[in-house]
Amino acid sequence: QYVPVKGDHVIGIVTAKTGDVFKLDVGGSEQASVSYLAFEGATKRNRPNVQVGDLIYGQFLVANKDMEPEMVCIDGSGRSNGMGIIGQDGFLFKVSLGLIRKLLAPKCEIIQELSQLYPFELVLGMNGRIWVKAKTIQQTLILVNILEACEYMTAEQRKQALAKLSGN
Amino acid sequence: PRSSPSPGETSVLAGLYGPAEVKSSKELADRAVLEVLLRPKVGLPGVLERSREQLLRRTCETVLLGVLHPRSAITLVLQVLSDNGSLLSCCLNAASMALLDAGLPLSSLFCGVTCALDPQGAIVLDPTAPQEQEARAVLTFAIDSVERKVVTVTTRGGCSMEEMQQCLAAAQRAADTIFQFYRDSVRKKYSK
Repeated sequence: QYVPVKGDHVIGIVTAKTGDVFKLDVGGSEQASVSYLAFEGATKRNRPNVQVGDLIYGQFLVANKDMEPEMVCIDGSGRSNGMGIIGQDGFLFKVSLGLIRKLLAPKCEIIQELSQLYPFELVLGMNGRIWVKAKTIQQTLILVNILEACEYMTAEQRKQALAKLSGN
Repeated sequence: PRSSPSPGETSVLAGLYGPAEVKSSKELADRAVLEVLLRPKVGLPGVLERSREQLLRRTCETVLLGVLHPRSAITLVLQVLSDNGSLLSCCLNAASMALLDAGLPLSSLFCGVTCALDPQGAIVLDPTAPQEQEARAVLTFAIDSVERKVVTVTTRGGCSMEEMQQCLAAAQRAADTIFQFYRDSVRKKYSK
């Protein structure tokens, strides 16, 4: 199970909108909270358009065992840096925490090899959640299956699988 | 995460959930709350199940590092699938494997071993139901994995102190086999 850590970037699912704060499910023992002002360009008049069920990519500002975790979608200087509400469509799925760390390692071959296949958007959450979006639904699902299988495949098997797919 | 070990034909299915959110009436400010539910094979849980639940809860709380998850709830549900003796030690083993499989922070593992003293005074390890019936005394030990210390003892029937020491020694030796089984199961799970 995921344990929130300060500074970790995770994908959360909005479960409630109460006044000035959104509650996010991040896969931990407790839900995290995000203030509506913690988005880039948000002011009291200009509120972000967040609905229940949306996906948010943010980082933990406060995360220890004694307090409710808090997330923000801006960095120290107020810029969003890729964080915020994740767009429409695409596919969210769960993998093990170990695989995420492998994918986030500096020279990850898996991501490089996949980008040779087709162009896609990818968001990796340290809580084990991955969001992928490719041009067609079929391509998206193929990417999902490969990423899920990467857990158990060796580099050889993966190269074979990708070769078969790009041959098609 | 679930695990169901079975000495002989006794088998118990364990499901562990958590750490998860807990009602504020039940939460503890500095540690996790562990709840154990034991469901018999037939019928509703009765007083015997309740007392076993408390025993399992206290054993698990001894090894669980609850202070790492304050204001959380951890729920352990045990379902008895079949009972042919040594049920309590089977539950202890299932509970320990469930805690291990879930990746919760533990100070050690534990295992359950049942000893029965038959009327002649011989020690029978992990007795079957008929052997338990005939026995003069049935002792269940929960042994920890780090120094083979005793975590929990519960007995039914009477025995002398020497006999209890002998049963304990036998149980500690048997614990080695059980901990090796834990290792092998985990190894199998992660070596695809």
